[in-house]
Amino acid sequence: MSNHPLVDVRHLKQYFTVKSDMLTKLQLKAVDDVSFTINQGETLGLVGESGCGKTTVGRTLLRLYKPTAGEVYFDGNLITDDNINHYRKDMQIVFQDPYSSLNPRMTMADIVGEPLDIHGLYKTKAERRDKIAELVQLVGLNSDHMRRYAHEFSGGQRQRIGIARALAVNPRFIVCDEPVSALDVSIQAQIINTFEELQAKLGIAYLFIAHDLLVVQHMSQRIAVMYLGKIVEIGPADEIIEHPVHPYTQSLISAIPLPDPNAARKRHRIILQGDVPSPLHMPEGCPFRSRCRYATEECAKVCPTLEEVSSGHQVACYHPQG
Amino acid sequence: MSETTLLQVNDLRTSFFTDSGEVKAVNGLSFSLERGKVLGIVGESGSGKSVTAYSLLRILTDSGRVTGGQVLFNGENILEFSPQKMHSFRGSRISMIFQDPMTSLNPVYTVGNQLREAIRIHTDRTPEQVRERALEMLQLVGVNEPEKRLTQYPHELSGGMRQRVMIAMALACEPDILIADEPTTALDVTIQAQILELMQELQHKLGMSIIMITHDLGVIADICDEIIVMYAGRVCERGTADEIFYNPCHEYTKGLIRSIPTIGANHDKLIPIAGNPVDLLNLPKGCAFASRCDQAMKICLTDAPEEIRINENHIAACWMNVKKVYDEAKEEESK
Repeated sequence: MSNHPLVDVRHLKQYFTVKSDMLTKLQLKAVDDVSFTINQGETLGLVGESGCGKTTVGRTLLRLYKPTAGEVYFDGNLITDDNINHYRKDMQIVFQDPYSSLNPRMTMADIVGEPLDIHGLYKTKAERRDKIAELVQLVGLNSDHMRRYAHEFSGGQRQRIGIARALAVNPRFIVCDEPVSALDVSIQAQIINTFEELQAKLGIAYLFIAHDLLVVQHMSQRIAVMYLGKIVEIGPADEIIEHPVHPYTQSLISAIPLPDPNAARKRHRIILQGDVPSPLHMPEGCPFRSRCRYATEECAKVCPTLEEVSSGHQVACYHPQG
Repeated sequence: MSETTLLQVNDLRTSFFTDSGEVKAVNGLSFSLERGKVLGIVGESGSGKSVTAYSLLRILTDSGRVTGGQVLFNGENILEFSPQKMHSFRGSRISMIFQDPMTSLNPVYTVGNQLREAIRIHTDRTPEQVRERALEMLQLVGVNEPEKRLTQYPHELSGGMRQRVMIAMALACEPDILIADEPTTALDVTIQAQILELMQELQHKLGMSIIMITHDLGVIADICDEIIVMYAGRVCERGTADEIFYNPCHEYTKGLIRSIPTIGANHDKLIPIAGNPVDLLNLPKGCAFASRCDQAMKICLTDAPEEIRINENHIAACWMNVKKVYDEAKEEESK
């Protein structure tokens, strides 16, 4: 057992330049100084509202975008432009939309087989065929349907094809970018269970990105909460859900619609005023202060950094609650 | 029909006639809506919940047609209204808000223009009064700087703000019923909480009835008095929120509740519902859920279950309830 984490993200920044009109260019800080680690076989949940940068974290980490600054280490090795192709075999992604992430002109066998072709992971055609059949069965699909096209499958089945494609190269880490958001409730549970079974069987680590906190809590050992490009709180999943410390996390958790009428009647929703500010015009200091009821002058000056409040539980706030 | 019943739907059937055949989206749906209550309709995609709403307002697309049943509003059948009568009825007595506030507002007109139009069509106020009413509505739904918002276009507003404008439009003529079709699905969780809070507040203030359509059991549990669970265009189960969540009597409802994660330190494995949703082109003869149900019996494959009254607040259409009564009686006898 090595003593370094499987994935180690340090001070990752991803800025995009946006033209606001003919002359002025603005910088959009989609990800602003984000650091975290993920251990072998662990699931880190990443939550936040739309536009907070959670998808960008996943994509920048895989170098689907070229990071503005910061380093990503995989298994102790720094990932660079030169060696990323080698590490693609270890780091894969499953996308949100099972409709647009599969090529409609390819059969299931070709979709799942493409990563094998790219990385040359077979010697004979028969070996390729067997590998594909094995992958397809692993994710719970029927290998008799190899010649079918994506549109002939249901949403849940398509998501399984996406998972089989990610698994084809035997990855040790998968970024799951909202993999169940587009699915119906009864199908969501099937896919969540598939992810969990694969983790138990193959020891894969996940970065599980989602906006549904109940799903994230269920899937993850640890959770990171993002707001406007920064991680505001990170810690063990149950602790984040039951004893959140950052005012934003508290309101986020109090806003979860609870599928339990008694619990819903009893709890007190902390309603945030207003909307998320535009990431193009971020407030100085703490990004959350414009909606925070505990905000003081201090919050307007310098952005707080992550400080440990209890073992493994860090929060970036001058006025942690609870 | 009791005094307080505002809307009574009897055996509603709606089909879409497509190239591949008749898609039976709603198959004999009956329910009633009481004055001042919130009724939730929950189901997965394709269960017919949105089509039900479109049928009530008669805004189905060209290929869709109501093929049977009655929709009684204060005793009058809406389905027999002339197009003119329907036109003035829509918006003034029943109005609707949609899932995506971006696509349901017209991008080329200002918010004020669209809001004033809704008021002008249904009332005979002077232009000055119309403007005042529009401002008043924006204030009511908690839009900040309402004067400025009237001159803005939908793209200049955030998602939550747009949904507030939609609600203002829908409520401008003080309808008796507001149909909300997945009103918070496109919104973030903190904005969703704002909108749900607003809807509850307005409902108390204005005393209207709400039909809340959603796939989210959490949203339903939060704000509904009564709940209908739909599957393949039929009612599986109907009852008060407590009855549905704490005493589910249909295997589909039970499955739905088991398949969602709960809050708290509970990492038990989820129990999903097996299989895939039914094909509405080829509905099975018996219970539509039978092929996915692990309790299915012989009768489930041949006969569609009838609605059985569990108690005064609860109706379920599942043969298991009949079996339960039968088993209990047999046990009693053997004693």
